[in-house]
Amino acid sequence: MAITAKAFKYGDDINTDYIISGKYKFKSADMEAMAVHAMEDLDPHYYEKVKPAGGFLVAGKNFGMGSSREQAPLVLIHSNTKAVLAKSFARIFYRNAINTGLPVVECDTDLIADGDELSLDLESGVLKNLTQGTEIPFAPLPPVMAQLLADGGLVEHFKKHGGFAV
Amino acid sequence: MSAIPGKTIAEKIFSAHSGTDAYAGDIVVADVDFVMGQDGTTPLAIRALENMGVEAVFDPAKVAVVMDHSSPSPIEGVSALHTMMREFGKKTGAKVYDVGCGVCHQLIPENGHVVPGDLMVGCDSHTCTYGAVNVFSTGVGSTDGAAAMAAGKLWFKVPDTMKVTYTGELQPGVFSKDLILALAGRIGVDGATYMALEFHGPVIDALSVDARMTISNMAIEVGAKAGLMKADAKTLAWYEGRGDRAPQPVDPDADAVYAEEIVLDASVIGPQVAKPHAVDNVSPIEEVAGTKVAQGFIGTCTNGRLEDLKVAADILRGRKVHPDVRLIIAPASKQILLDAIAAGYIQDLVEAGAVLVTPGCGPCVGTHNGVPSDGENVISTANRNFKGRMGNSNAFIYLGSPATVAASVIEGVITDPRKYFTGGEA
Repeated sequence: MAITAKAFKYGDDINTDYIISGKYKFKSADMEAMAVHAMEDLDPHYYEKVKPAGGFLVAGKNFGMGSSREQAPLVLIHSNTKAVLAKSFARIFYRNAINTGLPVVECDTDLIADGDELSLDLESGVLKNLTQGTEIPFAPLPPVMAQLLADGGLVEHFKKHGGFAV
Repeated sequence: MSAIPGKTIAEKIFSAHSGTDAYAGDIVVADVDFVMGQDGTTPLAIRALENMGVEAVFDPAKVAVVMDHSSPSPIEGVSALHTMMREFGKKTGAKVYDVGCGVCHQLIPENGHVVPGDLMVGCDSHTCTYGAVNVFSTGVGSTDGAAAMAAGKLWFKVPDTMKVTYTGELQPGVFSKDLILALAGRIGVDGATYMALEFHGPVIDALSVDARMTISNMAIEVGAKAGLMKADAKTLAWYEGRGDRAPQPVDPDADAVYAEEIVLDASVIGPQVAKPHAVDNVSPIEEVAGTKVAQGFIGTCTNGRLEDLKVAADILRGRKVHPDVRLIIAPASKQILLDAIAAGYIQDLVEAGAVLVTPGCGPCVGTHNGVPSDGENVISTANRNFKGRMGNSNAFIYLGSPATVAASVIEGVITDPRKYFTGGEA
């Protein structure tokens, strides 16, 4: 099933402190409340812009560098971010995103401008830039990650298989 | 040349823990020797375990949770998270390090929970610290941590390895922090993404275990999964009296295949400073000397060890912190605090004007213990200077060695510490 939403574009090396500042992540375990602060040091209006209709977070290289905080993908999910599209990802964020069910797509984001309307179909592996009338190729997830995402994340994978079945 | 290619430290540790003949690029499910979480990440791991329907951890002797990031609790929300962790310990038998014990990355090796040759994961990105004692240790998120606590295993992609060799000799007033900042400046914050680092050379051999941990700690700052070193006689001596598990040192094969090799001449590296707001925004200290600072911080999993406190105390002994500057000290563990008291370092530092806070993460992660004000510059021994890291996105964080911080807080501006090491002022 294709997801259609607007692109919200940011730069390179976006770290997990930008995605959710340490000063908030320790305040509670309520992700819905924390999500209003998502990306706030880079864009104080991120939550207001993305929450109502959903959106794709588009970035440059090395998205999610820094800490291991799983609050980072979680606040993006709770702010109605449909997927993160970047040229490359930091390793821990990438795993955390798959484990929590946030799709991550490695692609050439120079082909996307801020505000473009995108359509992403993960199953068929098609990403379209509807505004520019182009199709953007991307590499499929490694099989182990595709399986975890298909199971609905690592928790669901464990519930289904009683442990690792990869 | 043998027909079978040699292996890196990472490839050997993953082979031994997965029962496979593992090489870089392979996906393996491997047994972990230890799993750790801290107060920012453990609550989500506990929730993930509940959601999985898992009641017990795979081996209570191989799981620990640490209250260090926001500890003692500054606010009721954190108090509730700490309570959740204590109850988890009671229910599962996992080891709980409560407030004041110290930073997880000091406690785990200090108490012998991991030994050379181990594979371990921690729900904190600086888990890579124990690479300094020949442990393949890496940071994971809370759900991965929960899976490892439940199953005693986790899936990994065996990483490529970048070999980093420091040649020459460290100059007086220059420390391991300067070596790793120089590497970050050279390869950038994503220079080793998805890779393991292996550190080699006479400069590493000459460092203490404390100083080596500073380097491995910051492997993540260049995107690396681990920052591995060989276990030598110093490593094994360091482990004496730390638990009953026998170290199983793992050396790389002479013909191991490295994805990249970098050689840095330590003889020409001076004190380095990472400027706001990126760890790879590194300059030789000469370029930033004279920058006004309002706060100094010595501590963290990077530089809160006894040797770091000694370097600072040696510079500050008999001198005073500048009246316009606050100096905050957070020893990395209670044991380090006790050792520093016994050695007189704490007396020296507090008499010079330092403020001592609870062993733990201190103000590093912006939850308590010294949030800077708008527009202020901080000179810190931590590993990250991201905007907002210390709790105020309008402050500016500079990173340097404990000697650089100590020299800077005396004068109120970023100061080259080498003058205290040349037989001049010191």
